[in-house]
Amino acid sequence: MKILVAIKRVIDYNVQIRVKEDGSGVVTDNVKMSTNPPDDNAIEEAVKIKESGKAKEVVAVSVGDEKVQETVRKALAVGADRGILVKTEGIIEPLAVSKILQKVVDKEKPDLVFMGKQAIDDDCNQTGQMLAALLNWPQATFASKIEVKDKILQVTREIDEGLETIEVNIPAIVTCDLRLNEPRYASLPNIMKAKKKPIEQINASDLGVDTRPRIEQIKVEEPPKRKAGIKVASVEELVQKLKNEAKVI
Amino acid sequence: MSVLLIAEHNNKEIKPFTLNAISAASQINEDVHVLVLGSNSDSVAKSISEVPNVKKVVHINNSIYENYLAENYTSVIVKIAENYSHIICSANTFGKNLMPRVAALLDVSQVSDITKVISEDTFLRPIYAGNAFATVKTNDKIKCITIRPTSFDPAPSSGGSAEIQNNDPSDATTLSKFIKKEEIKTDRPELGTARVVVSGGRGMQSGENFKLITAVADKLNAAIGASRAAVDAGYITNDHQVGQTGKVVVPDLYIAVGISGAIQHLAGMKESKVIVAINKDGEAPIFSVADYGLEADLFDALPKFLEELNKLNTIQK
Repeated sequence: MKILVAIKRVIDYNVQIRVKEDGSGVVTDNVKMSTNPPDDNAIEEAVKIKESGKAKEVVAVSVGDEKVQETVRKALAVGADRGILVKTEGIIEPLAVSKILQKVVDKEKPDLVFMGKQAIDDDCNQTGQMLAALLNWPQATFASKIEVKDKILQVTREIDEGLETIEVNIPAIVTCDLRLNEPRYASLPNIMKAKKKPIEQINASDLGVDTRPRIEQIKVEEPPKRKAGIKVASVEELVQKLKNEAKVI
Repeated sequence: MSVLLIAEHNNKEIKPFTLNAISAASQINEDVHVLVLGSNSDSVAKSISEVPNVKKVVHINNSIYENYLAENYTSVIVKIAENYSHIICSANTFGKNLMPRVAALLDVSQVSDITKVISEDTFLRPIYAGNAFATVKTNDKIKCITIRPTSFDPAPSSGGSAEIQNNDPSDATTLSKFIKKEEIKTDRPELGTARVVVSGGRGMQSGENFKLITAVADKLNAAIGASRAAVDAGYITNDHQVGQTGKVVVPDLYIAVGISGAIQHLAGMKESKVIVAINKDGEAPIFSVADYGLEADLFDALPKFLEELNKLNTIQK
């Protein structure tokens, strides 16, 4: 079995982002970038399945500019066998990413495609489901547990009401939730080894996919600031304030 | 052209957020049709037909729609989509799972999780965990939109009498199969719609200690929330998680206990009307969004808080 894992390079989750003064987006120059957190869970799960003997190869794929190579390299350092970088410029919407990934799937013929459930930059939560639609494969979104059985996957999904278990035929798309596993750190020897693993570079334009954005981003602005609150000295004062000032209890 | 809203329900009753989605839909266009896909779901179709904002209910009643399988839902939605200018549903786990599959088959770039309708093609949506807001305009012929339920008031639920049209189902999927749902039943208000939410974080130190939260929540008729750290640590189940990848809540009162206030947690609660933070670390980021901050050990403060609440003659419900 072969597992393709799609990953995205995003602004690190610990960075307090800044909106550009001209309202054209957020500042990304000289900002720490990392792998989208649930994508780390996706890589970890694929590598674990390989280590259990149920998969032969794990391929990491990402879409973006040259710098995205670092993100792919990191996936290789935690156990992916090889990488693919599909080079694009500018804003690429989830629909375009899923069309690019569809072409990669056509070529690589994986049995499973894993990715994070949502990217923490645009917060769209679309790509996995869109790719599943384009391929006419089943989708198991927000996975917190995956069991590989013969020709099917049993997946536990985190939903608003609690947990749901479904079975999907292989090939399938799985989008991973944060509680699926505990992503490992790359060891120094593995980081060194990863430098020798191949990363194939493909230009999106050679795949015949129209990646032009369909959505116009008119402006990006900061959210309204909350008025600074106060510190109360005691529980008694807190309750009095909630009762008589805020009038919420 | 009309807008099509996909109803979320449990085959007996509509889920409350469907009413919020109906009000968002009617801000886009008053001609709102609602699609009810369900099994033995006549009562759902009927109650939606009584929502005054709804002009027509399209009901497809078949056992294949008993559980939400996006593969089953999608084919039938795509079939009728060309009659509509917009396809809309809530940006909760129901809509997040479903809508992109529909959008991709229609070759549409979806607009996720909108918090405001600016015009029929222009919307406001949070990005970067709500640390920025983008105004976006979609040029697709059919627009696929998911709405953030807590940003829209629920539509009134009675007084209307829309026509109910019964349609035929599509073929059942063989790609996926529903096995089971483990739903946590509770008498408490739902986290997403509760007037008061009391949340615990890593500072609670154990699942057992959440009983301190429960006692306060009981007194205030509140829902119980949690930070991702508390859920990851196994103190409480995932359906309680508030944050960027959990639930977004906008209660009148949000009480954060032992929660430091990571960016991703703030994303889920900072629109609350009044925020209280109880934390022994005076530098914790949660205090930057709190209206009332109490720098104290929660294990002293929570029992005292309950004691003070008990002294009050009345408590709003």
